[in-house]
Amino acid sequence: MQSWFPLIPESASTYSGDVDALYFYISGVTVFFTLLISFVIIFFVIKYRRRNPTEIPRPIEGSMKLETLWSVIPLLIAMTIFFWGAKVYFNQYRPPQNAIEVYVVGKQWMWKFQHATGQREINELHIPVGRKIRLIMATEDVIHDVFVPAFRIKTDVVPGRYTTEWFEATKPGRYHFFCAEYCGMNHSGMGGYVVVMDPTEFENWLSGNANQMSPAAAGQQMFESLGCASCHGANAEGGRGPALLGVYGNNVTLNNGTAVRADEGYVRESILNPQAKIVTGFGPIMPSFQGQLSEEQLLQLVAYVKSLSTPKTETAKPPPVAAKPGASPKK
Amino acid sequence: MEEFVIPKQAGANYLNAEHGLKSWLLTKDHKRIALLYLGAISFFFFIGSLYAMAIRLELLSPQADLVQSSTYNKMFTQHGIIMVFFFLIPSIPSTLGNFLIPMMIGAKDLAFPRINLLSWYIYILGGGVTIYALLAGGVDTGWTFYVPYSTTFSNSYVIAAGLGIFINGFSSILTGLNFIVTIHTMRAPGMTWYRLPLFVWAHYATSLIMILGTPVIAITILLVTLERLAHIGIFDPAAGGDPILFQHLFWFYSHPAVYIMVLPGMGVISELIANFSRKNIFGYKFVAFSSLAIAVFGFLVWGHHLFVASQSVYAGMIFSFLSFAVAIPSAIKVFNWTATLYKGSISYDTPMLYALGFIGLFTIGGMTGLFLAALAVDVHLSDTYFVVAHFHYIMVGGTLLAYLGGLHYWWPKISGRMYPEGWGRFSALVVFVGFNLTFAPQFVLGYLGMPRRYHTYPADMVSWQVLHVLSTAGASILGFGLMVPLIYLAWSLRYGRIAEANPWKLPGLEWQTASPPPTENFLTTPIVTTEAYEFAPPEHKEVVGKFERQPTEV
Repeated sequence: MQSWFPLIPESASTYSGDVDALYFYISGVTVFFTLLISFVIIFFVIKYRRRNPTEIPRPIEGSMKLETLWSVIPLLIAMTIFFWGAKVYFNQYRPPQNAIEVYVVGKQWMWKFQHATGQREINELHIPVGRKIRLIMATEDVIHDVFVPAFRIKTDVVPGRYTTEWFEATKPGRYHFFCAEYCGMNHSGMGGYVVVMDPTEFENWLSGNANQMSPAAAGQQMFESLGCASCHGANAEGGRGPALLGVYGNNVTLNNGTAVRADEGYVRESILNPQAKIVTGFGPIMPSFQGQLSEEQLLQLVAYVKSLSTPKTETAKPPPVAAKPGASPKK
Repeated sequence: MEEFVIPKQAGANYLNAEHGLKSWLLTKDHKRIALLYLGAISFFFFIGSLYAMAIRLELLSPQADLVQSSTYNKMFTQHGIIMVFFFLIPSIPSTLGNFLIPMMIGAKDLAFPRINLLSWYIYILGGGVTIYALLAGGVDTGWTFYVPYSTTFSNSYVIAAGLGIFINGFSSILTGLNFIVTIHTMRAPGMTWYRLPLFVWAHYATSLIMILGTPVIAITILLVTLERLAHIGIFDPAAGGDPILFQHLFWFYSHPAVYIMVLPGMGVISELIANFSRKNIFGYKFVAFSSLAIAVFGFLVWGHHLFVASQSVYAGMIFSFLSFAVAIPSAIKVFNWTATLYKGSISYDTPMLYALGFIGLFTIGGMTGLFLAALAVDVHLSDTYFVVAHFHYIMVGGTLLAYLGGLHYWWPKISGRMYPEGWGRFSALVVFVGFNLTFAPQFVLGYLGMPRRYHTYPADMVSWQVLHVLSTAGASILGFGLMVPLIYLAWSLRYGRIAEANPWKLPGLEWQTASPPPTENFLTTPIVTTEAYEFAPPEHKEVVGKFERQPTEV
């Protein structure tokens, strides 16, 4: 465990070591220059103190060489920090393959989690150690933020879109997480714990809570009850509306000729604002579901649409989108 | 310097030229308006400090003790609004800048004396509306007014507080406009651009930001108000808007606003370092143009406030790069100030102690900015106490120390009295120690993960509480250190030693007239024949390297 008075938080993700290394590097640079400048100033202030009330020192004009030196050297050091920081960030930004996905909905002032296998949690998230976890996050109201200091990650949860963050925990334990974007009265109470478990323990936990419907199944029920099937087909094979089978994760050609990748954000937008991006060959006939669905229901619908694509593995070939029967009255 | 006629002490000066409340409230004298600002700004600073003390007391323990969360949220919001918009932004420009820019360039007043008075009244009106918002029930959005909390969810006085800031912005714009025109058109004969004291250069750069940036915050507040009242949908995704758009607009002003706060402080420090070393500033042109560089580059880095706000990864990289670039002009200033001390004749008077403290704290404040500009580290640090510590090192360690240093330095000129030197040094030391004890622990707290704007924190984090206790202890010392000058400066107005015209024996134009100066500043228009900070004739010059200042003709 930690020393009694830690200077850095516990390090419990594959990413936290990278961040700490850069943190120590910048700390070193900061301490070095602060001490250097302080030392020089104190030395000058003592050495050149006024000894005689009437003395006038000789003027010194400045030096191009020195100015260049103390512009270029800090710039070079700053660039090392920039590139290092950008590299670590960029690596972390790339979404991982084969991650366990967890749906997260923030609302004033609580967090709801739902695992792909259906387990729901509030203000607590159980995950296995050594697996990549990807959070797909939405908010019912204001901006929130999921911040896990032990993992060194933080991402805002912004109204009107999905944001994601991912991590891979490296040691079992209970770690605080916080809402890090001010969200109103009980902001400081909007947190909880990420519980990192050994894989077998996690399996036990999952099966002990396995009585809930998976988000995809709940999404399928809604797909039927909201009448989506009347246009998209009872099995999402398409009809007056485009087929949804195999769409997720692939490129969709729009009626303006551009292609867009069908990710969570695209599916969300197509439900709430169907006129924004219309699949080529279809008319603008779908009504908006803005205001009729909670963020949780939306996520369930998204999960259902995702489940219609073959689970992506490294070897999986993308299914041909336009080849679905009845889906493409092509012009 | 020139042979100016220095009026006798007993004669009329700007303080005793006219009497009565009306003579103050209707004055067009930039010096009197500066004092009106000084009074008003001190009032707002006092209010803001009370909030700060209440916040620090509440954080002594992990749970809620003093106030409820809704009250706590209003306290940090109002601390931020008052300190940023009603103290830090106007502080040095409206008081010291107002008083000194005309005197430093050898002018009788600012270019538009009536507009100068108008800007004070606008400030008072904006401040009054804001005080109304506080008394009516307060505002709890954070000083950043992030949507959709501020537009849809907050039940507090958002519009009133926004209106106060909106109104106050015009005061800023008018002051900036006045300074720019004054510096362009009212310099005394011989006062060329490269003979301007660096205080004036810094205010010129500040004024550019004021007139270019402030309209953007006005527009942003207007949009928030329209969204709140009429739900126009510009920030609401359900109506096709985007909440992140607000953050772009807000920081497009509010990041440059950081430079509005700190550039005038840098100008003060350039004056103090040169004058209390009795040397011309090392690399005058580099210091002067670094102010302009900061003003320009400062407009290009707002996106570094959005690294975790779902901004594109490539935008993040560009903003990160530019943020590192903007650090360089600040570094140039620090190095030039340090080099100015070399072979100087350095006095340990109070203003110089503040200036030396400024360099140390500003260096730490600037260097810790590198942590936040580095993308991967910022992901962990943003919205934590590290950020709080960082910007307080710039705002308090920088701007406030410069303001206090400048106030002491020009106090004899402003009031005609000397402050007590021993007490001055004592308070400078206490402020320095108290400040560091308050904010240094917060860097550690931030990396440990303590989020900002938190009323309570987990009780199992023992080290967090220890750091909060240290910080609160420091804040008490800092508060005491700030009370001391308040008392002795007020005391000195009546009992202080009467100041000579030029108590520090300096070449600057503002010292070549009586203390306090006559209403028209100079009885005859000064003619400038010397460079800035020219203590010794140029023929005594010691040349380092090959860079020499061009001789300037009158």
